Amino acid sequence: PCALPAAGRRPPHPPRLRRGESKTRLVRSSLLLPEAEPEKSKRTVLACNRLKTTKYTALSFLPKNLFEQFHRLANVYFVFIALLNFVPAVNAFQPELALAPVLFILAVTAIKDLWEDYSRYRSDQEINHMECLVYSRNEKKYISRYWKEVKVGDFVQLRCNEIIPADILLLSSSDPDGLCHIETANLDGETNLKQRQVVRRFLELDSEFDPLKFTSVIECEKPNNDLSRFRGYIIHKSGKKDGLFKENLLLRGCTIRNTEEVAGIVIYAGHETKALLNNNGPRYKRSKLERQMNADVLWCVLILLIMCLFSAIGHGLWVWQYGEKKKPIFDVPGPDGKYLSPVLASVYLFLTVIIVFQVLIPISLYVSIEIVKICQVYFIHQDKDLYDEETDSQLQCRALNITEDLGQVQFIFSDKTGTLTENKMVFRRCTVSGIEYSHDDNAKRLAMYQEPDSEEEEAAPKAGTLSQRDSICSHQSIKVIHRSQSTKTHRRTGSRAEAKRASILSKHTAFSSPMEKDITPDPRLLEKVNECAKHLEVMRSHEQPLSHLSPELCDVFDFFIALTICNTVVVTAPNQPRQKVRDRFELKSPVKTIEDFIRRFTPSRLTAGSNSSSSSSLATSKSMHRFGLSTLSSTSTDSTLLKLEEKLAYSAQMNNYGYSSQQGRTAVGGTPEEGELRYEAESPDEAALVYAARAYNCSLVGRLSDQVSVELPHLGTLSFEVLHTLGFDSIRKRMSVVVRHPLTDEINVYTKGADSVVMDLLLPCSSDDPRGKHQKKIRSKTQNYLNLYAVDGLRTLCIAKRVLSKEEYGCWLKTHLEAESSIENREELLFQSALRIEKNLHLLGATGIEDRLQDGVPETIASLRKAGLQIWVLTGDKQETAVNIAYACKLLDHDEEIITLNAESPETCAVLLEQCLQCVQSKFSNTIDGATGNMTVGFTPLYPPSSSVLSSLGLVIDGRTLAYALEPALEDKFLALAKRCRSVLCCRSTPLQKSMVVKLVRDKLKAMTLAIGDGANDVSMIQVADVGVGISGQEGMQAVMASDFAIPRFRHLEKLLLVHGHWCYSRLANMVLYFFYKNAMFVALLFWYQFYCGFSGSSMIDQWYLIFFNLFFSSLPQLITGVLDKDVPAEVLIAVPQLYKSGQNMEEYQPHMFWMNMIDAMYQSLVCFFIPYFTYYDSEVDIFSWGTPITTIALFTIILHLAIETKTWTFLHWSSCIFSIILFFFVALVYNASCPVCHPPSNPYWTMERLMGDPVFYFTCIISPVVALLPRFLYRTLQGTLFPTQLQLGRQLSKLSPETRTQLLTELNVKETIRQTQLLADSFSLSLGSNASHCYRAKNQSTPLPASPQTRESLFREHTKAEHKTDQTAAASPQGAVLYEENKLPSSAGSLERSVESLSVGTTLPWSSAVDQEDFSLLKWITSTPLFSHIGTVLQVSSRTCFAKVPSCGRQLPVEVPACSTSLLGPVSNCWDDFAGDFLVRSAGCI
Amino acid sequence: MKNKTSFLPKEGEAQPSRCPDNSAFKQQRLPAWKPQLTIASVLSCFFLTGAFCITVGVCLVLSANSVREIQIDYSDKCSDCSKLRENSSNWNKECQCSVNFTLKEGDIFMYYGLQNFYQNHRRYVMSRSDAQLLGRNVNRSYCAPFSTYRNGTPMAPCGAIANSIFNDTIDLFYNHNSSVIQVPLLKTGNSWWTDKNVKFRNPDSYNLSSAFAGTARPPYWQKAVYLLDEEDERNNGYVNDDFIIWMRVSAFATFRNLYRRLRRVRHFAEGLPAGNYTFHISYNFPVARFKGRKHVILSTVVWSGGSNPFLGIAYLVSGSAATLTGFVITGIHLKLRKKKTYFQKQ
Repeated sequence: PCALPAAGRRPPHPPRLRRGESKTRLVRSSLLLPEAEPEKSKRTVLACNRLKTTKYTALSFLPKNLFEQFHRLANVYFVFIALLNFVPAVNAFQPELALAPVLFILAVTAIKDLWEDYSRYRSDQEINHMECLVYSRNEKKYISRYWKEVKVGDFVQLRCNEIIPADILLLSSSDPDGLCHIETANLDGETNLKQRQVVRRFLELDSEFDPLKFTSVIECEKPNNDLSRFRGYIIHKSGKKDGLFKENLLLRGCTIRNTEEVAGIVIYAGHETKALLNNNGPRYKRSKLERQMNADVLWCVLILLIMCLFSAIGHGLWVWQYGEKKKPIFDVPGPDGKYLSPVLASVYLFLTVIIVFQVLIPISLYVSIEIVKICQVYFIHQDKDLYDEETDSQLQCRALNITEDLGQVQFIFSDKTGTLTENKMVFRRCTVSGIEYSHDDNAKRLAMYQEPDSEEEEAAPKAGTLSQRDSICSHQSIKVIHRSQSTKTHRRTGSRAEAKRASILSKHTAFSSPMEKDITPDPRLLEKVNECAKHLEVMRSHEQPLSHLSPELCDVFDFFIALTICNTVVVTAPNQPRQKVRDRFELKSPVKTIEDFIRRFTPSRLTAGSNSSSSSSLATSKSMHRFGLSTLSSTSTDSTLLKLEEKLAYSAQMNNYGYSSQQGRTAVGGTPEEGELRYEAESPDEAALVYAARAYNCSLVGRLSDQVSVELPHLGTLSFEVLHTLGFDSIRKRMSVVVRHPLTDEINVYTKGADSVVMDLLLPCSSDDPRGKHQKKIRSKTQNYLNLYAVDGLRTLCIAKRVLSKEEYGCWLKTHLEAESSIENREELLFQSALRIEKNLHLLGATGIEDRLQDGVPETIASLRKAGLQIWVLTGDKQETAVNIAYACKLLDHDEEIITLNAESPETCAVLLEQCLQCVQSKFSNTIDGATGNMTVGFTPLYPPSSSVLSSLGLVIDGRTLAYALEPALEDKFLALAKRCRSVLCCRSTPLQKSMVVKLVRDKLKAMTLAIGDGANDVSMIQVADVGVGISGQEGMQAVMASDFAIPRFRHLEKLLLVHGHWCYSRLANMVLYFFYKNAMFVALLFWYQFYCGFSGSSMIDQWYLIFFNLFFSSLPQLITGVLDKDVPAEVLIAVPQLYKSGQNMEEYQPHMFWMNMIDAMYQSLVCFFIPYFTYYDSEVDIFSWGTPITTIALFTIILHLAIETKTWTFLHWSSCIFSIILFFFVALVYNASCPVCHPPSNPYWTMERLMGDPVFYFTCIISPVVALLPRFLYRTLQGTLFPTQLQLGRQLSKLSPETRTQLLTELNVKETIRQTQLLADSFSLSLGSNASHCYRAKNQSTPLPASPQTRESLFREHTKAEHKTDQTAAASPQGAVLYEENKLPSSAGSLERSVESLSVGTTLPWSSAVDQEDFSLLKWITSTPLFSHIGTVLQVSSRTCFAKVPSCGRQLPVEVPACSTSLLGPVSNCWDDFAGDFLVRSAGCI
Repeated sequence: MKNKTSFLPKEGEAQPSRCPDNSAFKQQRLPAWKPQLTIASVLSCFFLTGAFCITVGVCLVLSANSVREIQIDYSDKCSDCSKLRENSSNWNKECQCSVNFTLKEGDIFMYYGLQNFYQNHRRYVMSRSDAQLLGRNVNRSYCAPFSTYRNGTPMAPCGAIANSIFNDTIDLFYNHNSSVIQVPLLKTGNSWWTDKNVKFRNPDSYNLSSAFAGTARPPYWQKAVYLLDEEDERNNGYVNDDFIIWMRVSAFATFRNLYRRLRRVRHFAEGLPAGNYTFHISYNFPVARFKGRKHVILSTVVWSGGSNPFLGIAYLVSGSAATLTGFVITGIHLKLRKKKTYFQKQ
């Protein structure tokens, strides 16, 4: 008795509950005797745990599947046509035969559905037959049952590492604290452990939990899909109610960890579990190409109707010309012996020719497209380059039918954290009580991690053969092992698979890679920590109060204590349930009652050192001044000898402290685990901080709900009693722990949070008092450092502390307990309570954590941008961090002008937008002239010039302004502005805003959008975008679940879009066009025949050929081409990202191409019809002896046409074409010899056999395709030579040897960079001033060419009119000027070097640093780069030998180039000719 | 791809690497030929095509020219008969007419030709019963309304094609030295061997008339089907050559069907000698109603078919077109090579 959902699709709110219970569900123990249970009938309506995701049963398959297939309009149409054949008056073919193709198509689809359904069934079975322990009433113990037999109300016992079979309310746990850890990776991909708690009242049970005694009733919510919420009550027999929360619920699909045994009662089972309610199958989207194709299908319908109408009218006239009386003998009267009237005849004929011409609407088109897409998806899956060896994951296509959309993307909306960055938090630097510790060695260590990575990547794609592949894979896996070091040494068994698995496992359960874990401590700070610890030890042994410690050391000590304990990190030993070794305290749990509190905090223990907060404000250390002067950025570059010496000394020291102590730790700690401790944190930055603290020998060794053990050097293990943990929330933006300090017995509050909030919560200090002054100084210094951290793109956290007196604590405790115990609005009260305690804080320090960029992000962004994609970053981070990350990943360029929109109100936002727009427009009106001047040089002005100047603008907008800008009144302006910017950065945006932005661009600009993200906050954006891409990273699976494609890393986007996207698009576009051509060409043959048979609807092509031509004879080659053809090889597509633009501009399938193909089809069919016609005119040929050659010719023509269009010929292409032709002849011969009477009304007996003995047949079959295809062949040839598209040029490029190609590309690239500098100088600086905003000029921060300001000045003179106005506003905005000064300072020192660097990079990596220009048709490069060849000749030598010289050469550029360009505006072509020749000669010389 | 994967235990079994195979097929790196349609690479293609086409064209034209053929339109010359046949009530009145003509050289095949006779009309094409022609009994066919008479007697053969059979009789006489010699012509062996032996067969019976007992001739026929050839018993019924040829419906409205072949005996051992000839035509087949024409054609046949020179001309024209194009693009190519605009290894 088990209610199963009807169709496999689970309704979000199951209607199975009784009406009376609409809001809640009641669950009772199933062990209660059935008689004793009054509502037995109700029990049966709750879903049982059987999983059924299949759609069909054996019986319902046929009708249901047919019903679903007929939802597709095309199928209905084809069935209608087939049924028309059964009407005698209009029938054209043997009716049974006419049904065949439709049935075939339906059957193929049905088999596909059946197979899918069967695999679903298989996996259901597998899951249903997993076993778990269920309590049996009869046997009075837990017995093993299948999952599918579990019912709501059953008691289930689970052991460690078992998977939870249903949503279970936790009633007992082997853990003494009633805790249970679960891993939810299967559910949301989060790899950390989550704590679950036994329902409170059952925790207090004295004896073992006995299901038989469970008589309570559970009232809870209806099943819903909210994973993070569960509310309910448990009503005990006594009538007492207990609240149930999500902490009490074990979710189906999760795994029990670290807990030996748990038991619970099933609340939701089967399809009502949260896991399954959350599971929506793959989504169906219609791709852009398919939409376009559907429009063309409609055109085909129209053409068909016109043809039919024409034939019908023609037939009517033909009948009419013979008059009523004089019927010719070949006009056969109807079965009743009467002739049809012309009108009626034409009506019947209309229907007949619809049948005859039905092939025009390609019946196999949809099926073919589906097959091709499945194969394309298969190949994308198989791509090794999209495989991430680190996570052992590959690309997943979750949407099967939008592969070609990947090739047409115009806008990319990207999340930042976890998408561009790794979401691997690495501790970079910190400041403690105003002193900055820059952790130089740590930075060096991090830099080291980059190198092996890049080596590996280079090695991987070069692997050619199978044997090589094996060696490489194993090599990589060894490397993985090597990197993740000792964590699982005991797991290493030597076998590759095992090793790999170990690495996966370790990846699976913890965040940390060695990069995050092994932090190199800053020697100075380490020294201080050691000093501090020594002091403390001395003090403790001498029973001295701790206040003797200097305040700085005190801060240092507290800082690390806070890092260690102010978090929710769980400590585990690898691969075994957590051993609860605890020094038994006299207390069991956090403070629960006032009495408890009083009992525990006896006055005697609270006397000592309650005043330590004041001790921190003592005299400052002298080192602070000295250190405070040095700036952050300069440290790395201008290192002196002295420093080097210091470092050497330190590194020796570091070795002692860092590594030897690591070994020592396990020994000292005496923890039972072998190997390292593992930290499992809810967020990676927490773990990063704990690891950082560990590097300073202050390591977390154990965490229980009431106690944290910290191991310190010299001091040994200290146990902090945790009184409360006030968790992190996004409103407070901080978390705190309330602990009792074991050394001082004080009650301390440690708070860790965002700088913006924590800095406001600090204890106000008076400026009179020297201590206060000192504090103030520390704060301002810390704030300075925080700003610098933000500029460096680090995540900042402030650490603060508060010492509570007993009274204060008691007072707060009272309200807090009230809040905790309240049921109604517990969250709200707890929030208030947290606010009350987190105030008057004492600032300890701040940390800077780097969220490292993922590998290859800047390169990927650069090449995506060159591919013409506009990249928008939508992030929740703060502006400074976001902007800096954007610079780091080359999203913003330093020579780019940045418009920053920060508005306080809608009005200012409107004004700002208006101003920016005007400003931008005035600028563009100038530059467009220049651009069009250049445009005329090239052959192909394909792109509107407006896109040409996008390069120099970036837009930064914050969340609040974005909210205003997204209002209907302003959105158009916002878009107009954003459209002109090369990159847009939205900071502090909410998930909703993200999706609104995407929607705005998608709908207003009619652009193809792609959203990429990794976290739950990106889900809405991913769903809204045309293509949603999820990164299967660290932040859970929600994004992946919502996405169409899931990739392991951001850099994979490059190949996914540029290569696979392009291929899929071009293959499919070509296939669809070919399909239309093929059918039109074939049908037109029949149409021409109508002119010679009195429009009677007869066809010279035998019905078999007619019906199966599309299905069998001509389908295979086009499928092969649709799956395997490569217009441009992958290397070229990657090397020349500009080729991607062909997809964006829909170059492969433009509306006119459909018509071109139609016209070509008409021409070809005319040739294929009339050559045989005139050949056989006035001869004894019979209808099928004439029709068969035509069919043959058509087949040859169609296949040869495909051959012209095919760009890559593998043996599969060859064999498919040959196979098709052989198949046709084989079928024809067999069919024509089979039996003379089998196929009425046609009777082509022995036709083919006879034809094959006739030379005329062969001569006709040779000449017709040649004549038919000559024009297309000629056109392709001429076009490929005279006006090659970029793709064709790219293909030519691929013919060159790799070295030559790289050289050629590099050559071009150098010129490109040179040209870039000219354009930079040529472009006008844009600055906007307004009270509400500050537009700082990124360009001024660090200009690549020191010379350019001067050159710009010289240019300004020429353009003073246009420029005057904006220049003044720039000068008039003091804010901008200030910012300019500020930002310039730290970076100016390295700017020269950096610019040189960027240039040299540009020359070695093809096109990596060159920024997008107008259009990049290859042709253009060649035609336009020679413009600079005069200069180039000068430059080439210098730029090759010494890149440092390039900037100085740049100075000459603007002088010469404008002269050239002005001369070009006149007789352009002449100029071009010379240059082109010139260039080629030189490039040839280079090669 | 669905929920199921998420529940499968991941730790239990050894997990092979998910790294895709590095095979050429899966990585789409199969060895491939990448032709580039540029002038340089296709030049030879054009010239080769041109040469081939011209060669074939010349051969075809020559062979077509060697065919000697004479075509005589007799639909007007026998206008009296034509008028007579307009009225279908006169179907049983005989009408003879003679056509004189002079023949230069000998011809061997004799065709009758029809114009504007839409034998390819859809319903006409379908109006036959192949099963019946194989001598089987048919219940269901596309023959209606020419399948049975009102009284239920089935027509043999049924259908419109059979009903409208060409029933003129054409005899050829050679006026040799004022004496008139009938040219001996073969009635059989004109149809496809498979038609005569596989597709058409009389119903099994001891003689033909009994085989067709219970059936009636089609309405337009003057003779029963088993009396089609009174001289040759084996050329009667469904296997009559004239009938078989007629039943092979023509592709166009203007067509010819092989009627007789010259029997090379005596005077005619070397073909038809030059001289004056007379056709004696028993005019039965009405064509005026649909503005049709009737011809008699005497022709020889070569390996490339009949006298139609079209295929040869087509080859010549397209061959020269291809060659011309080849020259033109060579010109373009030579001009372009001086200022190359595309990447090429030099």
